[in-house]
Amino acid sequence: MSYLFAAFSIVWIVIFLYVLSISRRQRELSREVEMLRQLVGQQPTDTSSASTASAGGNSS
Amino acid sequence: MKQVTSSSHLSDTILPWLTGAAMLAALAMVFVYVPNERVQGEVQRIFYFHLPSAWMAFLGFFIVAGASAAFLWQGKRAADLLAQAAAEVGMVFCSLVLLTGPLWARPIWGVWWTWDPRLTMTLVLWLIYAAYVLLRVFAGDNETAARYAAVLGIIGVIDIPLLYIAIRLWRGIHPKVEQMAPEMAWTLLVCTGAFVCVFTWLLQLRLRSLQLRDEIRALRQHVVAAS
Repeated sequence: MSYLFAAFSIVWIVIFLYVLSISRRQRELSREVEMLRQLVGQQPTDTSSASTASAGGNSS
Repeated sequence: MKQVTSSSHLSDTILPWLTGAAMLAALAMVFVYVPNERVQGEVQRIFYFHLPSAWMAFLGFFIVAGASAAFLWQGKRAADLLAQAAAEVGMVFCSLVLLTGPLWARPIWGVWWTWDPRLTMTLVLWLIYAAYVLLRVFAGDNETAARYAAVLGIIGVIDIPLLYIAIRLWRGIHPKVEQMAPEMAWTLLVCTGAFVCVFTWLLQLRLRSLQLRDEIRALRQHVVAAS
C-alpha cells in the first residue's frame, strides 16, 4: 500500500507544483505586460498588433 | 492578443474544472471500481497512472517534433513556442513515468531499477528532452538556438519507435499490455482521458506564459523605440 500511496502522491505533487510554478510566472508576466502597456500609453487592442507581430515573426 | 485571451479563457475557466472532475473520476475508478490484479495485487494500480503518463510524454514529444518541423519549414514563431511548451510538459510526464515506474518495480521485481531495454530507452528519451529544455533556457531566445533546438526536438522523437522495437529485439522484463479485463480497460480509458485533460491544461498554461513573454519583448521594443 505504501508504494501505491507514494506513486499517486508523486503524480499529484508534481502536477500541483508545476501548475503553481506556471501560474506564478504568468502572474508576474501579466503584471509586467500591464505596466508596459501603461508606459506605452496604448489601449489593449493596440498592443495586440505588436504581440501578434512578435508571435508571427522570428525569435531574434 | 486575441490568441492569448482566448487561450487564457480556456485555461482559466473550463480546463481546470474539467481536469479536476476527470482526475476525481480516474481516482474513483482506480480505487473503487477496478478489482485487484490477481498476481500483483493492489500495487498494480500504479499502472493506471504510469501508462497514461508515458502516453502523454510521447504525445508531448510528437508535438515538439511536429511543431519543430513546421518552425524549420515556415519559420513561424507560433510553432516554435508550441514546441517549447510541449517539450516542457512532455518532460513533466516523462519524469512521472520514471518516478512511478521504480515504485511499481520495487515490490514486483525486487529492484528499483534495472537496465531493461524499455526502461533504458525511456531514460534516454528523458535525457534528450532535458537537453532540449536546457538548450532553450541557457542558449537564449535567438534564431540560432531555436533552430538547433528544433533539430534536437525532431531527432529526439526517433527514440519513441525505438522504445517499442527494442523490446522485440532484446527481451526485457518490462510487462507488455496484450489483454486485459473489461474493468481494467475502462479504468485505463478514464485515466487516459483525465491525463489528456491535464496535458491540455498544462500545455495551454505554458503556451500562454510564452506568448506573454513575447508580448513583453514587443512592448519593450516599443518603449525603447518611442524613447
